[in-house]
Amino acid sequence: MAKGLTKSFKKALWVYHCNSGSCNGCDIEIIAALCPRYDVERFGIRLVGSPRHADVLLITGPVTRQMEDKVKRIYEQMPDPKAVICIGNCGNTGDVFYESYNLVGPVDNILPVDMHVIGCPPRPEAIILAVAKAWVKLETLEA
Amino acid sequence: MKQTTKTSYHIPVGPIHPALKEPVFFEFEIDGERIVDVNVKLGHVHRGIEWASRKRNPIQILYLAERICGICSYCHPAAFALAVEDAADIQVPERAEYLRVIQGELERICSHILWAGVAAHEIGFDTVLYLTWQMREKALDLTEYLTGNRVTKAIIMIGGIRRDITKDMLPKIQDALKYFKDNFEKIRHIFLDDKTVMMRSQGCGILTKDDALKLCAVGPTTRASGVKKDVRVDQSYFAYGDLDIDCMTPDKLTGEVNGDVYDRIIQRLLEVKQSIDLIEQCVDRMPAGDIVSEPKIAKLLAQLKRVNGEGVGRHEAPRGEVIHYVKFDGENESPYTWKVRAPTYNNILPWIPMLKGEQIADIPIVAASTDPCMSCTNRVAITLGSKKYEMDKEELHRLSVEKTRRLMK
Ligand code: SF4
Repeated sequence: MAKGLTKSFKKALWVYHCNSGSCNGCDIEIIAALCPRYDVERFGIRLVGSPRHADVLLITGPVTRQMEDKVKRIYEQMPDPKAVICIGNCGNTGDVFYESYNLVGPVDNILPVDMHVIGCPPRPEAIILAVAKAWVKLETLEA
Repeated sequence: MKQTTKTSYHIPVGPIHPALKEPVFFEFEIDGERIVDVNVKLGHVHRGIEWASRKRNPIQILYLAERICGICSYCHPAAFALAVEDAADIQVPERAEYLRVIQGELERICSHILWAGVAAHEIGFDTVLYLTWQMREKALDLTEYLTGNRVTKAIIMIGGIRRDITKDMLPKIQDALKYFKDNFEKIRHIFLDDKTVMMRSQGCGILTKDDALKLCAVGPTTRASGVKKDVRVDQSYFAYGDLDIDCMTPDKLTGEVNGDVYDRIIQRLLEVKQSIDLIEQCVDRMPAGDIVSEPKIAKLLAQLKRVNGEGVGRHEAPRGEVIHYVKFDGENESPYTWKVRAPTYNNILPWIPMLKGEQIADIPIVAASTDPCMSCTNRVAITLGSKKYEMDKEELHRLSVEKTRRLMK
């Protein structure tokens, strides 16, 4: 893993964040990871405003029925190779909303998820770790 | 000469936003650069929470309520607990009331600082976003120290609160409060004396007092228009009745109320200051005693199961008044019905008078100035005749930054 990482530091990773009906808890932790205390920009990780620029999709929330097609479209707009990271319990399992009639999630049902980050919400450290692992995946794919 | 006819065109905005907020859909009618009309569609985050409550007991619902919104993860369970206590006639120990105020005000500080950063980002002032979020981390540290978690805190309990604040915790609280006070001056200076911020926010997105009353705006949005509406003052709950608290309005600082974006910035800064003061008062005055009325959960649930009646809980969340209504039928463990009214619902309609007549570049900051819990300025597709082109949030953001530059020339 360490070896893969040093190799991958050559490239900056751009992430796109999509909220599929989350409670905002995970979303603010993602932003917290970008801010001075955790400062992921020093690794070249950047939040971008369009899926067409992104290497990694961070998806939060349990995917409500209204958001299903939009989530799919975002995924399709991203260039290959790409990685999907599902952040937070509700995207992974449904969490407290698991039985709701308006969910098509968990995200696994809709997109191929590469990394699952558990926690409600997970700490910024966990999110950064997942992005770093996605990095390794993308590097191995390219090699 | 050829006659040109002006037609307005529509810009759909949403429902996906790359940065902070929840999905929501807007349709703007635009004439040139001016906004003529705004239409809002909601429901993208509908997760059937109220429905799910019908299968769960009140303690489980506390966690469900917490996950209505991650930023207001204290207000919703607090309002729910108030509603249940109202229905079941539970007396909350006095110490718990004070602890509840401390948690509530701490959340307000976190939320308003977060908002200040977002607002700065919207006008292209990213340095300030980082500065404010650095301050916010301090608030989160304190939250974590007091509750054990950064965001979803699970601190409130029906009939009290879960964790006490002991004597040896006080120095840390005081340290953090001192840090806020020291840095507050810096933030105040950046927002209120900066020429750029003033140019972008003064006279922009005006909500008159009449409109604020008519459209039932709540929280800082309505107070910034001069309406003195604050649940903490209007209704005595928690320990607010014992504390020295007054309804804040921007004229306290500037002597006048304009109801523009600038006033809403002042309003939130004043409220941060007020919250620091309230926490200090609570720390000083907190009486000794129990922190929860019934520590045994099984017993509490049994008591709640017998309740036949209804209750309403109101709490002043950072964004405004949140109301929970709950009804028990005396047979089932889970409530017969549970209804939540979150403050953003009230604050969405005022966007229409605020945005009408403004420019496209002002959409982000005007929308952000109400601190919506959901907003979307991402994928804007402009349909101009048969030509179609897309504007995403970055483009919109760029327009906003450009306007700032133009104004500075
Ligand atoms: S995992 Fe928890 S904190 Fe994250 S979005 Fe879902 S409910 Fe909110």
